[in-house]
Amino acid sequence: MTNARKFLEVKDLKTQFNTPEGTVYAVNGVSFDLKEGETLAVVGESGCGKSVTMMSIMRLIQIPPGKIVGGEVVFRDTDLLQLSEEAMEQIRGREIAMIFQDPMTSLNPVLTVGKQITETLRTHTPMTQEQCRARAGALLELVGIPDPIKRLDDYPHQFSGGMRQRVMIAMSLACTPSLLIADEPTTALDVTIQAQIIELVKELKKNVGMAMIWITHDLGIVAGLADRVIVMYAGYVVEEAIVDDLYENTLHPYTLALLQALPRADRRRDQSLKSIKGSPPNLLVEPRGCPFAPRCEFVREKCIAENPALVNVETNHKVACWVDVKTGALR
Amino acid sequence: MTKYIVRRLLQAIPLLLLISLILFVLMQNATDPLATMGGRTPTKPEDRARLTRQLGLDKPIYIQYLYWLVGNDWAKTDLDGDGVAETYGTRHGVIRGDFGTSIVQTGRPVTKVIGERLPNTLILMLTSEVIIVLGALLVGVYSALRQYSFFDNLLTGILFVGYSMPIFFIALSTMYIFSVNFKRWGLPYLPTVGMFDPKIGETPGQIILHMILPVFSISFISFAAYSRYIRSTLLEVLGQDYIRTARSKGLPKREITFIHALKNASLPIVTVVGLDLPLLLGGAVVTERIFAWPGMGRLFIDGIDRGDTPVVMGILMMIAVSVVVFQILTDIVYAWLDPRIRFD
Repeated sequence: MTNARKFLEVKDLKTQFNTPEGTVYAVNGVSFDLKEGETLAVVGESGCGKSVTMMSIMRLIQIPPGKIVGGEVVFRDTDLLQLSEEAMEQIRGREIAMIFQDPMTSLNPVLTVGKQITETLRTHTPMTQEQCRARAGALLELVGIPDPIKRLDDYPHQFSGGMRQRVMIAMSLACTPSLLIADEPTTALDVTIQAQIIELVKELKKNVGMAMIWITHDLGIVAGLADRVIVMYAGYVVEEAIVDDLYENTLHPYTLALLQALPRADRRRDQSLKSIKGSPPNLLVEPRGCPFAPRCEFVREKCIAENPALVNVETNHKVACWVDVKTGALR
Repeated sequence: MTKYIVRRLLQAIPLLLLISLILFVLMQNATDPLATMGGRTPTKPEDRARLTRQLGLDKPIYIQYLYWLVGNDWAKTDLDGDGVAETYGTRHGVIRGDFGTSIVQTGRPVTKVIGERLPNTLILMLTSEVIIVLGALLVGVYSALRQYSFFDNLLTGILFVGYSMPIFFIALSTMYIFSVNFKRWGLPYLPTVGMFDPKIGETPGQIILHMILPVFSISFISFAAYSRYIRSTLLEVLGQDYIRTARSKGLPKREITFIHALKNASLPIVTVVGLDLPLLLGGAVVTERIFAWPGMGRLFIDGIDRGDTPVVMGILMMIAVSVVVFQILTDIVYAWLDPRIRFD
């Protein structure tokens, strides 16, 4: 997998929103890459720019108020940000598919599930109506929906939340995309259903061989799912590591704090969970210095003055921090 | 579904009875048919008394309502005023389809009087409604897709001017421009009053020509409300998650707008149209008056002016019934548009 060529490369992506209150600096120069077949997890608290990054890659940001102000999204040697809207439509659904957080609102309530799956096929493939329907049935079966052909004529409200997310997954897989972006697909589901959906996606990913970006704010599910993790804060990538490295050799104070806030089975019960002090950053202010500095327990004068760049400090492990959290010394 | 429709129709019966009772009482208190009957010649007191007895106005109001509702052919009335009720009435009552006879157009059945006017009003109002809904859909969808663009702002401006103007002003201004001044300038001008030129006769071409100004006046006023409503409804739908999903699937914009968005946005639009349609039967009171269009609106106003209770009650009940019917129709269209709504 390490030798696979990069097929998605995001370079210095910047997205902002113009609101009546001022400019929201949502994504501030995010860079990462993805190899074919790889799974990347994107972690961070609500409002840290995870979703906006992915929506920018898909060019699904509402313009206005949103605007992608800079950067490149190179997908298979093409910069997606330079494509025409029509050319981008050819990428969406066919090459890069996306599943969303809330299956209750992400499906159109007045169209049958069958219609919503087949329209992707009809847009991107020369298949006939019957072939599309057969394929849609097969997809529903693939994601474990019983009696699939019959359920094609049902409407979203006739499915439970978990089943709807399965439908969303089936829909995204319709054209066997080479990249699936999952934007917190299990957040709105209860824990048992969550586990089922994660298992399903892992299984499907193995069979289809697609790459995947999985957005989550739950570090607990990342370990069993991803090859690599990036941690985002206030529209910046603050740490990037192989998944095991991130847990065993945490380099950024924010990641460290996130991990300490996570309940663990192997921790003593009388030990209370640590929350991160302060509140999430105000994205309306153009950031100066490290955005995490006001909440950081390792904060130094330098942190307030200058924002650290994301640099390789160990093999395949990048971090954006002036301080070495293990020694407490400045880098 | 059938069961639901039947239940709704049955529920409508007591409602309509209540409406008719209220309207009847209000009408009786609002006008005195006798006061307007005589015309220029003063009515003799004994004539007045005879007419009062003939019209049943000497009876208490609940008896009058009863006669209006079920007729009086089963009850004897004292017509000659000798204190002995000896003559059977001739009315069959509304529930047997007899709305009585017009007082102004002496002796002509109300159904016939209304029947003459209804087509004139329908042709005027339905044309306007079709223009309003189709035009507003075009403008509303355009404005929603190009929110805050130059044309969106321009249209918003024009429509608000239209919305803020009273209809008589628009009617008279258009008359002044397209009839009076166009004639003065030697341009082809539009007719101002009536449905057709008596010299040419009631041809379709004449009716269309005479319809232009009234239809324009009626449409211009409602256009703003409709198109703004469609615009805001569509904008709300376009912000929904499922539209983002549709975009993420790479569907063309046209398909997203007209299949995914408009089908969802059509629900509230259907509600408004469903509420407006029955009121079209009542005609446009002001417009019909200004353009001397022989429709329901004029009939209604004339009826109230001259105390023609049977005609006015007939018009009001027709509107009441169609409101109920259109409400049920709207519900049926709802169920057809939105699979989440089921009435069984």
